[in-house]
Amino acid sequence: MAKKEYAFYPGCSSQKGASASNYLVSVESMCQSLDIKMTQIPDWNCCGASVSYAEAGELPRHVMNARNFALSEQNLPERDIVATCAACWLGARESKERLEHSSVLMTDTNTALKEAGLNLKVIPEVRHMVEVLIEDLGYEELASHVKKPLEGMKIAGYVGCQTNRPFGILGESFENPMYLDKLIETVGAEATKYDQKVTCCGGALAFSEPEKAQAQIKDIIESAYDSGAEMLVTPCPLCQANTEVYQGQINKKYGTKFNMPVLYYSQLMVLAYGGSAKDAGLNGQVIRARTLEEFASK
Amino acid sequence: MSDMNQQMTAKYKNNFLKEIEEQAEMGDWVKMCMQCGVCSGSCPTNFHPGWDHPPQEIFMLIRAGKRDEVLNSQSMWMCTSCYNCYVRCPRKIPITHIMHGIAEYAYRIGRAPKNQPTLHLSQTFWNNCTKNGRVNEVQLTQTLYFKDGIADGIKKAMAMQAAALGLVKAGRLNPMEALGGGHKCKDIKGIHAMLAKAKELEAKRKGRTA
Ligand code: SF4
Ligand code: SF4
Ligand code: SF4
Ligand code: SF4
Repeated sequence: MAKKEYAFYPGCSSQKGASASNYLVSVESMCQSLDIKMTQIPDWNCCGASVSYAEAGELPRHVMNARNFALSEQNLPERDIVATCAACWLGARESKERLEHSSVLMTDTNTALKEAGLNLKVIPEVRHMVEVLIEDLGYEELASHVKKPLEGMKIAGYVGCQTNRPFGILGESFENPMYLDKLIETVGAEATKYDQKVTCCGGALAFSEPEKAQAQIKDIIESAYDSGAEMLVTPCPLCQANTEVYQGQINKKYGTKFNMPVLYYSQLMVLAYGGSAKDAGLNGQVIRARTLEEFASK
Repeated sequence: MSDMNQQMTAKYKNNFLKEIEEQAEMGDWVKMCMQCGVCSGSCPTNFHPGWDHPPQEIFMLIRAGKRDEVLNSQSMWMCTSCYNCYVRCPRKIPITHIMHGIAEYAYRIGRAPKNQPTLHLSQTFWNNCTKNGRVNEVQLTQTLYFKDGIADGIKKAMAMQAAALGLVKAGRLNPMEALGGGHKCKDIKGIHAMLAKAKELEAKRKGRTA
């Protein structure tokens, strides 16, 4: 297969030393195995994330995304933008849609961009990493690289919201999207069936309304355990953090005994492709994934 | 701020629906609601106590002209942006954006509830990420947990400590960011100029002169 090239938008949380740095490590290794070339958009900025809506207002939010579009067009012309963070992807896609539908917003955006010496004509396609995997490569191609299938492992695919609603992955239903289950099966593991696959974890409200968000997270983890899963896998840094780091607090509050590792799909792929624990960023887990550590060392 | 509220009350007299249509993001969709209740049944904040009005009720109150009740409501601030309502609404109303839009408008004219935690998060997040162009997670976390004064901040910080320590140990929270290092964009000046312009244009378009 010919090398595929994209403009990479890693997002704040995937930077070195940030909360999803293990995601980035595993994505880099995965892309190497799959011959995907990701070039970072030079000097990219934060998308603002959806929770900034009150302070930011409408136009400033779109302008933040527009700056990334313009930088991408200028420096990496004709490449699709690929985001690994589900929130970045959603925010950027939303801005793209709004700007393309409103000439007023587009004109104002360009007036603002001019202050940063930029101009936006064509907005590149904005895609999530899993779209690239599924649509540009396909499950078969992804499976052909598997050297060490994750046989016997039971994993619950936690899709959550942002890769699923409102845009979703092409051909998937909002109520029961299958792509994450298929990715789990592609690497040789079993995807368990549970009813909280698309339940919201509370998102950014894990910070501002911790009790409510933790009640949601409890339902998700509980249901995953009930389905026989030993791990959760997600496509989104915020889902990952929310479902992983609050398990201790939930245990205290509800008397549960949660200790479920939460991984990214890319980490599973790296391991199935024969990568080391380090390539997969397993040292970045707060709840250690011991089964996978053992698997990687074999 | 309250001047802005007076200015808007004078402008729209008693036509609250029109006020929302023109001032809140996507507000012109509110009149399309047929009160079927699908959104309320889909809303995660409705599954647990603490929510006051689900979207359907907010839209009904807007049409009934209940200005204070809507603008002071906690409801919009409970929205997690899960888009459940959005994809299920039979009228295809962009509910999520309207909820955010009403919240933003209430805040803009000084009518949002006092000490609203999600409003505080929104302010903190935006100021944090626009300062250097990228999020500084350590400063973000600190500002958030110390919001209610030192004593309460310490209590919360203690509760969160285990989580934060876990992240530090796993190499996912960089304590150096607290000292002003951390990730930055090169063209911070350009970003600030561009955002100032955007803010100015938006205020002008909505007829909100400070
Ligand atoms: S969604 Fe999060 S990680 Fe992505 S750019 Fe926005 S703030 Fe940064
Ligand atoms: S499940 Fe939570 S973190 Fe994940 S996308 Fe939904 S709101 Fe965001
Ligand atoms: S689902 Fe749509 S039409 Fe039904 S009550 Fe909610 S907003 Fe109105
Ligand atoms: S997007 Fe907001 S209003 Fe809609 S269902 Fe989710 S939390 Fe409720």
